[in-house]
Amino acid sequence: MNIAVVLRQVPDLVETLDIDRTGTALDWDTASWIVNECDDHALEQALLLKEAGGGSVTVVALDAGDVDNTLYTAAAKGADRILKIPLDDPTPPAPRAAAALLAQAIRTLDAELVLVGVQAHNELDGVLPPLLAAGLERPYVGVIRGVQPGAEPGTVTACKEFPGAVMARMQVRLPAVLGILGAEQPPRYVPVSRIRAAMKATQFEEPEVTVPARDARVTVRRLYAPASAARAEILSGSVSDVAARLVTILAERGILK
Amino acid sequence: MSASDVLVLAEIQRGMLADITLELLAAARQLTAATGGSVLCAVLSDDGQSHASALAAADRVLLVNDPQLAAYAPEPYVAALCEIVRAEQPCAVLIGGTSIGWDVAPLLASRLDIPLVTGCRAIQAEGEGLAVTTAFCGGKLLADVQVTARPAVLMVLPGSCRAAAAPGRAQIEVRTLAAPLESGAVRFQEWVLPAAGDVDITQQDILVAVGRGIQQQDNLALAEELATALGGAVCASRPVVDQGWLPATRQVGKSGMTVRPKLYLAFGISGAPEHVEGMQSAELIVAVNTDPKAPIFDAAHYGAELDALDLLPALAEAATARKGEASQSA
Ligand SMILES: Cc1cc2nc3c(=O)[nH]c(=O)nc-3n(C[C@H](O)[C@H](O)[C@H](O)COP(=O)(O)OP(=O)(O)OC[C@H]3O[C@@H](n4cnc5c(N)ncnc54)[C@H](O)[C@@H]3O)c2cc1C
Repeated sequence: MNIAVVLRQVPDLVETLDIDRTGTALDWDTASWIVNECDDHALEQALLLKEAGGGSVTVVALDAGDVDNTLYTAAAKGADRILKIPLDDPTPPAPRAAAALLAQAIRTLDAELVLVGVQAHNELDGVLPPLLAAGLERPYVGVIRGVQPGAEPGTVTACKEFPGAVMARMQVRLPAVLGILGAEQPPRYVPVSRIRAAMKATQFEEPEVTVPARDARVTVRRLYAPASAARAEILSGSVSDVAARLVTILAERGILK
Repeated sequence: MSASDVLVLAEIQRGMLADITLELLAAARQLTAATGGSVLCAVLSDDGQSHASALAAADRVLLVNDPQLAAYAPEPYVAALCEIVRAEQPCAVLIGGTSIGWDVAPLLASRLDIPLVTGCRAIQAEGEGLAVTTAFCGGKLLADVQVTARPAVLMVLPGSCRAAAAPGRAQIEVRTLAAPLESGAVRFQEWVLPAAGDVDITQQDILVAVGRGIQQQDNLALAEELATALGGAVCASRPVVDQGWLPATRQVGKSGMTVRPKLYLAFGISGAPEHVEGMQSAELIVAVNTDPKAPIFDAAHYGAELDALDLLPALAEAATARKGEASQSA
C-alpha cells in the first residue's frame, strides 16, 4: 500500500508561549517547535502498515518551523520519500490554506491512503485532515487508533475511539484520508547516528504549489493567557511541607481515614 | 427557517443520547436570547423518536430517520446534516467536540464552505456575526475570535456550558430527506468494548493520576505506592496509555473514562481540555506540575509547583504515617 503522511510542526507547550506585538498571534520567532504528536503517530502507523504489507511511505510537510529535523528523523525511521512544500512566509498557514497546499502535493502521488494527525493544538479555525480529504475529494474518518489491512481487498480497518475506552471498528474503502489519534504502538525511537546518516542521504523534493487566498471570515482579535478566577490555591514550601499540608487537608475532609 | 435560529446536532453514542447534547442546547438557548431565533435540534438516527422527549430544551426537534444513520458513519451523517442546514439556514450550528464532532463539524463546514471554529468555550451574537472564545494550545491560551459570516459551525468543548434543564415542550418534526441516504466508503462494523477484569476507575473514591511528567514507566511504581497508601487506584492521561504503560481502561478524558472521585491527584498532567473533560467533576482536585502556567491549575482546587517524582513518595510516606497515628489513637 502506498501511503502519504502529513507531518506538521507545532509550538512545544512545555516552553513559554509568547504572544506577538499585535496580541493576536503567537510569536513564531521565539516559539520552540516540535513535531505534532498525532502526526508522529500517523507516521508510525504508516510504517507499521508498510512493514506488514509492503508499499511505500511518503512524508509531506510544509516548510514551517524546524521542519528539516522532523523530516530527517522521518527518513531515518523508514520514510521512502520526503516532499517539503516551500512557503513564502515562515509562519504556519491556517488549516484551510495548509490543506489546499498539501492537497496539491499529495495529488501528484500515487497514495491510496493518507494518514494525518487528527488534531494540532494550534488550529482554531479548521481541522486539517477533513479539509485535506475534501480537497482530495476522498472520504474521511478521524479519531482513529490503529489501522490494519482490511479483510476485503482495497480496504483497511480503522478503530475509531469513543468515550469509555470503547472503539468502533470501521471498514474504510480506499482511497481515503484518516485522522490518526494513536498508532498501534508508540512512535519508534531512532538513534541520533541514524538521523545524521539520513541527513547525508536524503534529498527533499520541493513540489510546486499555488498559494490559496486567505480566508478572512474568522479572525483572532485577542490571544491571551486565561486569568481564571477558579485557579488552584498553590501550596508552597518544601516537598515535605507540601506533603504534610496535603495530608492535613485530606484528613480534615475525611478522605484520609 | 430563520437566520437567527441556532441548530444543535444531538449526539447519539451507542444508541444513547450523550450529555453534550444538553450542554449544546443550553449554549444555543443563550445565543438565541440575543438573536431572537429558535433553538433547533437535529437527531440523526434510524429511529429518533425515543430521544425526542429528552430534548424538550429545544424549540423544534428535527428527526431524520434513515437506515444509514443506525450507526455512525461520516458520509451519511454529513449528507443529512448538510440538507438540514441548507433548509433551515441557521446562524450557527453547534456540534460537540466529541469523536463524532471531530469528523462531522469540519466536514460540514468544508462541504458548505462556511466558517468553522474549534474548541469553543463561550459564544455570543455580535451584529451580523459571532464572537467566540476558544481554547488554544492545549488550553494554555485563549483566543477571542470574530466570525463575520453566517452560518458558522462551532465545535464546542464538552463541559463549557451547564446542561440545559428541559422547561419547554419542543415541537417534534420528522424530516424526510430529498433522497434516501447512501452508505459511503467508511462503514461501521462493530463495537469493540474494553477487556473486563481491570480496576473500574469510575467506581473509585481516590484516584492518583499520572501524565507524561512521570517520564518513565518505572516511575509508575511511585504512583502505585501512593494509591495503596491512600486506598485508591492509579489512572492516567493519554500519553501514558499510548506508551502502553497502563491499559486503556485507566485513561481519563475524552476518549477514556469520565470519573467523579472524592479525590483526584494529578501528577505531571498539563490539563489539556481533552483530559479535563474527564475529571473536572471530581470533588477535590490536587495538581502537581513543575510548570506554574500549566492549565491543570485552573481546574484544580489545590496545586503544588513541584517535581511529581519528589512529591509522590513524600506524600505516600506522610499519608502512611498519618494513618498509623490515627490507628494508634483509635
Ligand atoms: C480527539 C482527542 C481525544 C483525546 N482524548 C484524551 C483523553 O481521553 N485523555 C487524555 O488525557 N488526553 C486525551 N487527548 C490528548 C490531549 O490533547 C493531551 O495531549 C494529553 O491529555 C496530554 O497529556 P499529559 O498532560 O500527560 O502530557 P503533556 O501535555 O505533555 O503534559 C505533561 C505535563 O507534565 C509536566 N511535568 C513534566 N515533568 C514534570 C515533573 N517532573 N513533575 C511535575 N510535572 C512535570 C509538564 O509541565 C506538563 O505540564 C485527546 C486528544 C484528542 C485530539
